[in-house]
Amino acid sequence: MTDVLNPAAGTASKADSSKRREPVGTSLSKASTGRIGRTIAYVLGALWLIPNLGLVISSFRPEKAVKTTGWWTIFQRPQFTLDNYKSVWGIGNVKGSDNLGHFFLNSLRITIPSVAISVGVAALAAYAFSWMKFKGRDWLFTTVVAMLIIPLQVALIPLLRLFTGGAHIGSFTIFPDLNLKNSIVTIWIAHTCFGMPFCIFLLRNFMAGLPREVMEAGKVDGAGHLTMFRKVVMPLSVPAIASVTIYQFVYIYNDLLIGRVFGGSKNAPIIAKLVDVAGTRGQSWHLLTAAAIISMITPLVVFFALQKHFVRGLLAGAVKG
Amino acid sequence: MKDIWSTLQTIGIGLGALAVTLIVMYGLTVKLPGRWRERAQAVVFLFPSIFALFAGLFVPALKTIYASFRDDDVRSTKYIGLKNFREIFTSKDGRLVVITTFTWVIVGTIAIVILALTVARFADAIRGERIVKSLLFIPTCVSLAGAGIIWKFVYASPPTKVGLLSAITKGARLPTSLGGDGQYLWLSERGLGGITPPATAPGLNTFLLIIIFIWAGTGVATMILSAAVKGVPESLIEAAKIDGATDRQAFYKVTLPYIRSTIVTVATLTVVGAFKTYDIIAATTGGNAGTSNIATEWYTKFFLQDREGYSSALAVLMFVFVIPFVVLNRRAQRRAEEMMAG
Repeated sequence: MTDVLNPAAGTASKADSSKRREPVGTSLSKASTGRIGRTIAYVLGALWLIPNLGLVISSFRPEKAVKTTGWWTIFQRPQFTLDNYKSVWGIGNVKGSDNLGHFFLNSLRITIPSVAISVGVAALAAYAFSWMKFKGRDWLFTTVVAMLIIPLQVALIPLLRLFTGGAHIGSFTIFPDLNLKNSIVTIWIAHTCFGMPFCIFLLRNFMAGLPREVMEAGKVDGAGHLTMFRKVVMPLSVPAIASVTIYQFVYIYNDLLIGRVFGGSKNAPIIAKLVDVAGTRGQSWHLLTAAAIISMITPLVVFFALQKHFVRGLLAGAVKG
Repeated sequence: MKDIWSTLQTIGIGLGALAVTLIVMYGLTVKLPGRWRERAQAVVFLFPSIFALFAGLFVPALKTIYASFRDDDVRSTKYIGLKNFREIFTSKDGRLVVITTFTWVIVGTIAIVILALTVARFADAIRGERIVKSLLFIPTCVSLAGAGIIWKFVYASPPTKVGLLSAITKGARLPTSLGGDGQYLWLSERGLGGITPPATAPGLNTFLLIIIFIWAGTGVATMILSAAVKGVPESLIEAAKIDGATDRQAFYKVTLPYIRSTIVTVATLTVVGAFKTYDIIAATTGGNAGTSNIATEWYTKFFLQDREGYSSALAVLMFVFVIPFVVLNRRAQRRAEEMMAG
């Protein structure tokens, strides 16, 4: 956890880091307010840490210990085991095995194609919105951006019906019943639809800012739009595409609602399964800990490995959204 | 092993389908003569996304609005005017749900913005700045449902002994009415001590859940506001200091006004997030014990009680509530841009 949390890296502006504020003349006054400020910051840090700590420690404690004593007693009587993990993952013949491994894979099955499809399709649209000329372009783009504010809940149920029954006007079928109930394809499509305004918005803002000269040069060479898209615009847009991809990945992976509604019992992602375990197995606290940790590993790994892009995506989405 | 193989297969099918669609569509347009080609290509580039938005977002939203004026019977779908909306605002449960939602929005947003500004102001350049900010940021990567589970271990009540809060109130020897015997059911009780809130006011447990929201949301807000605070030109702060401003005055009179538009953006994002909160409540109380908000109630009413019209009205209401905040945000942004330009 390094340079990202220096916000200058997040805004991707080198100039910022050179002007970190430590003027010599104010060091005295800084020291006096510094103590209170420092205390507040440390206390907040500790408060934010404690719940995490409780979960992590509990996940390694034996079932009996979890149920009869608090996790903080571990400091007096250390007891560690991997049984909780084995049990939820479905290794061996542990009693009450949940086979969370299946749902973990479901999450990947859902997330990877959803991200690829939404970013790929959005990149095409973003290119069209920034570099193709057609009537009503700005109007259409504004409409797309306006859709950012439609809450998921407003569109979810009719979309679900479309997949399970098709669309009809009277007896005339305008969209066939594809019988996709609880198919993983429906989850891809749902995520693609709901993530589309954000992806287009972010990518278009970046692509429209690419230097005009590069594009003109390509045109002179007689390159068509597909060539321009593939050979010029996509390579230049890698930072924006990386940010959107990672943002979408974490967002889709962490989603509960779509997974729960569209996944059914077989295709549910791990987050939906986790909430189920929390609801139906009220007494299995020891299993809940391990299940929760497993569900959190992927986004944390993505964050630590790709933090720069991740934060840039967050900042771009926030500052411009 | 078989599972992993089928996972790879499914992913492959998804990616393959995407590639094939794009190639076929483009291939169709390359064959067209010059003047038409440009237009056809625009259609090809835009078609998949516009179609997805139209069929997956726009039309469904219209259908939900339509359904919100109809009764709950899927077969008859009789037009009943504003009856669903009236029920939300006149029934005790409905009013509690709406008030709870606004409590989330107001309390959550104010707390997150103040905490984030505090950290952005004080954590700047102290020892361990990065560690503090990392600790605040970790919950951002964790799903909101996961955050709910993490906090279940804080609020858990007897018979289990995992609850930290119960242990603290017991250890602190608070009076029994404040949870001093370690038996208090934090997430299912609306009142505390002698206080019991009226039926249409949010209870203690709602505020406990809002704490989870604050815990999960402060990291991003801090990150954005820190970046903004560090972006304030050095010369402005120096000038204020030369005029005799203290650190505190410089922060309130120079830094805060300068980063106002970022604060508005962060607040708007938090407001929208608070309106839509479902995961935290679903993972903890499931909306029971008077903690339900609009998003949770929408799920319960549709999926558990089959109330089509009523749940649609809830969804529409959520949409309607969000709009003014987004408009205000746009206006504030535009004003900020004009100020910067002028």
